[in-house]
Amino acid sequence: MATEKLSQRTLRSPLGRVRGLGAAKEGAHHWWVQRLTAVALVPLTLWFVASVIVLGGASHGEVVLWMARPHNTVLLLALIGATFWHGALGLQVVIEDYIRSERTRLAAMLAMKAAMLLLALFAAVAVLKVAL
Amino acid sequence: MDARDALMLGRDSEGRLVRRPLSPHLQVYRWQITMTLSILHRITGVGLVIGTGLLVSWLMAVASGPVGFAEAQAFFGSVLGRFLLFCWTLALFYHFCNGIRHLAWDLGHGYDLETFSRSGWFTVGATVGLTLFAWILGYALLG
Repeated sequence: MATEKLSQRTLRSPLGRVRGLGAAKEGAHHWWVQRLTAVALVPLTLWFVASVIVLGGASHGEVVLWMARPHNTVLLLALIGATFWHGALGLQVVIEDYIRSERTRLAAMLAMKAAMLLLALFAAVAVLKVAL
Repeated sequence: MDARDALMLGRDSEGRLVRRPLSPHLQVYRWQITMTLSILHRITGVGLVIGTGLLVSWLMAVASGPVGFAEAQAFFGSVLGRFLLFCWTLALFYHFCNGIRHLAWDLGHGYDLETFSRSGWFTVGATVGLTLFAWILGYALLG
């Protein structure tokens, strides 16, 4: 390390370079919604796992009847919304942590958000198609 | 332009460029349950997002009608399907239990080292317990 040649290619101070790259005054919102969706997912997950266990071996007609019951439709939609929102927030942090290049990071972020939104829509439309 | 690069270089009292010291990382620390559970939370989180593909495909199979539904049920009933579902259940219950641990920390509880480690082992036990309970119950109801 002592023999390493260090160089600085910019005259801007470290502080100047990181200004605007850190907390963009919206970190608290990300943090809060991540917790909010987590709390919502506690009962929703338990309900869903219990439902899947009860539905084990059910015929197509029985599953359709189950899904079309209004409270099941609503809870499924809530589960889909909370799951994909929570997942998108989590993946966002993973992308921010591990992808250094700003361009790749932006591309990965946009692709991830688009994929999560589309998956959520696929799931919600499937539920609504059965229920309505 | 990378914020981390900017912060790695500094100047000493004589104005020479120096690399700032890095804090010790994995190769320095003795293994602890807490570090394993921390990275597992992230791994299971990413895994569960991938696993939502199972949920979406199942919902779409239900919507597609009896034929598509039968195909999906055949897949989920196969050895590979059951294996994937088991991994998904395990990851789900782990992320679920450790998530509740996280929420407790957010409320300011459980920060002393002993509780930290004990709640970690409790999470491991609860994950295995809940997963086995769910599968045994599932098979019992199937008859």
